[in-house]
Amino acid sequence: MSTAETTAESGKETELSPQFHVAHHFDSADTQFDAGRMGIWLFLVTEVLLFGGLFCAFAIFRSWYFDSFVEAHHHLDKVMGGINTVVLISSSLTMALAVRSAQQSKKELTAILLAITLACAFAFLCIKYVEYSHKFHEGLLPGKYFSAEGFHTKHPGVFFAIYFMMTGIHGVHVVIGMCLITWILRRTMRGEFSSRYYAPVEGVGLYWHLVDLIWIYLFPLLYLVG
Amino acid sequence: MAQAVADSPIPEQSGTNYINAQKGILSWLLTVDHKRIGLMYLASTIIAFALGGFFALMLRLELLTPKRTIMDAATYNQAFTLHGAVMVFLFIIPAVPGAIGNFVLPIMLGAKDVAFPKLNLLSLYLYWTGALFTLSSLVTGGLDTGWTFYVPYSATTGGAVVKVTLGVFILGFSSILTGLNFIVTVHKLRAPGVSWFRLPLLVWALYATSVVQILATPVLGITLVLLMMERVLHIGIFDPALGGDPVLFQHFFWFYSHPAVYIMILPGMGIISEIISVHAKRRIFGYKAIAFSSMAIALIGFLVWGHHMFVAGQSHMAATIFSFLTFLVAIPSGVKVFNWLLTLWRGSIKYTTPMLFALSFMFLFTIGGLTGLFCGMLSVDMHIHDTYFVVAHFHYVMMGGTVIAFVGGLHHWWPKMTGKMYGEKLGALSCALVFIGFNATFFTQFILGSRGMPRRYYNYLDQFQPLHQFSTVGSWVIGLGFIVMAYNLLASLTSGARAPANPWGGKSLEWQTASPPITENFEVTPKVTHGPYDFSPEHQ
Repeated sequence: MSTAETTAESGKETELSPQFHVAHHFDSADTQFDAGRMGIWLFLVTEVLLFGGLFCAFAIFRSWYFDSFVEAHHHLDKVMGGINTVVLISSSLTMALAVRSAQQSKKELTAILLAITLACAFAFLCIKYVEYSHKFHEGLLPGKYFSAEGFHTKHPGVFFAIYFMMTGIHGVHVVIGMCLITWILRRTMRGEFSSRYYAPVEGVGLYWHLVDLIWIYLFPLLYLVG
Repeated sequence: MAQAVADSPIPEQSGTNYINAQKGILSWLLTVDHKRIGLMYLASTIIAFALGGFFALMLRLELLTPKRTIMDAATYNQAFTLHGAVMVFLFIIPAVPGAIGNFVLPIMLGAKDVAFPKLNLLSLYLYWTGALFTLSSLVTGGLDTGWTFYVPYSATTGGAVVKVTLGVFILGFSSILTGLNFIVTVHKLRAPGVSWFRLPLLVWALYATSVVQILATPVLGITLVLLMMERVLHIGIFDPALGGDPVLFQHFFWFYSHPAVYIMILPGMGIISEIISVHAKRRIFGYKAIAFSSMAIALIGFLVWGHHMFVAGQSHMAATIFSFLTFLVAIPSGVKVFNWLLTLWRGSIKYTTPMLFALSFMFLFTIGGLTGLFCGMLSVDMHIHDTYFVVAHFHYVMMGGTVIAFVGGLHHWWPKMTGKMYGEKLGALSCALVFIGFNATFFTQFILGSRGMPRRYYNYLDQFQPLHQFSTVGSWVIGLGFIVMAYNLLASLTSGARAPANPWGGKSLEWQTASPPITENFEVTPKVTHGPYDFSPEHQ
């Protein structure tokens, strides 16, 4: 397979990095990029459905135990949740900028932006850790382990089951995202990406935006809606 | 064939093919060739089928007499749980896409491989890992919840629930990755000239299956995570004592597991479309109707899960709507059956083993489908819910449908996969044995169920014994049929005649390359100018 003929959009020499080659079963680099991009989008669909189940459970239990959900949600820290929302949205911005700079073959800028994204993700987890330890300390825990005093409604443990499952699984996705960002950061520093080959950066970027987007739904539903 | 490049004759047997291209166990374990991965899936799923079949024979043997025959009640509960879990998660769901789909789908598209070959290998490894977890329960205490893992029992029983659910969770990833791979492959890797309406119908069926795999399996994933959490940490989402809702588990479970029924049957229907057309040398009747009916089944299949819960306490309104939607599934299913029948009409039918299996399929699947309407009808379901009638119904669809289609497809593509011809006489004998044994085993169970025999019971009233015994004897005939089939296929590997490139005169792309194919599938990327079922004389 010849990769030199694959730049349909411009007549100039291709800028594929030396490590990149078109896999044997694709007829061009463009088909390969398109296939990869489509694969990522389909994967994101599965993620939406995974969280969809949890959102569904949230909706059902909220309608069942409306008073309990209202009472319990006052025990979540709106300030920390708000800060975390800002932190994650910022990281999404730096991620988007990193994809853009990778497309422009700006290696150093891409690396810096990815590093900031990584730092934001880490900050998010630190704040989440502080929040979690408060909940543990006060006995605001799921189901059987719920031991907080002074609740006037039935089954407040259900709210915290939903809270911990949703934010916990989201947190796992943040950790996976950090691993992926570290991976593309290393590859960026090795100079593997260019305006002709940036698919992994874009893929990780899409994943990171989804993680961010899910939090943007979690925050108002769990922390704000009364 | 409808190939522009078909002027150059196809080599009947190439010296090098995908099997002998590389040697050594590592060349298999680290391969990214879709054909080798398909073959490893084939071996793995057939082992799972044999294991699940062994459990089934033991269950039937136990039911030969009321009370104890060969095992105690606790062992019986574990045996039917593992029979169900192994057959559903380790055999039916991965078998057709993983084994036959992996092998033929890229070749049918004229591609060299699936879009993501490494991901494909990962799917296989995830399948093995999931299988290991699921089967580890055999030696670590067993599982007695039934394959449906209903709470609250699954949250309290002493069985190995977490191991098996973790196994099924991992198997779900394998299934999702296969589906994702197939969808991208069909979109991006079709050879020049392979337009959407020149795709073989198996590809359409696998595409519809993949859509279901991608949209349904994640919901099973989250359900199983919640179940594990319920069991280990008692989080109270499903446990009514803590405010949770066990019916929510059923909704979640069937939101996956009902569409999963179509993951199981759709690829089987795709195989039948191929076999009927090729072995009757007849252009498939209603190509677009069959293609779109696959998509219709996939979509409607997402809206009917509540029919598993007619007696679980859902509202009358919900039950009525689910019942209505369930009947809708019969329309695209009927479209398929009638189109196959019309394809046979005035065709030059050859009674080869694949064709015999396809004819069996049409007979058995029709019974399975029509009895599904009984179960979907609210008033009737009240009586037959959780009886042997339901057991018979889904075995007619799953075994009489999918398994029969799978073994039919196995015979159909066996020459392509192995380069050897199986024996037609033994093939026909095995088909006859399976067909007779199957009807003896499961038609009896329709009668048992309509008379009130509940499913999953260890003991039963004396009046049911003659029918139970008849059913058990039938299961031995099925077992014998599969032994004959296994012998026939395995013997062909050493003593079978060498297969020509196109033993059946098929027109789709997999018949336009050597048997077995080379690693890249085609010497030259084919250019297709006609559809896959053009049997008219001007295209001969």
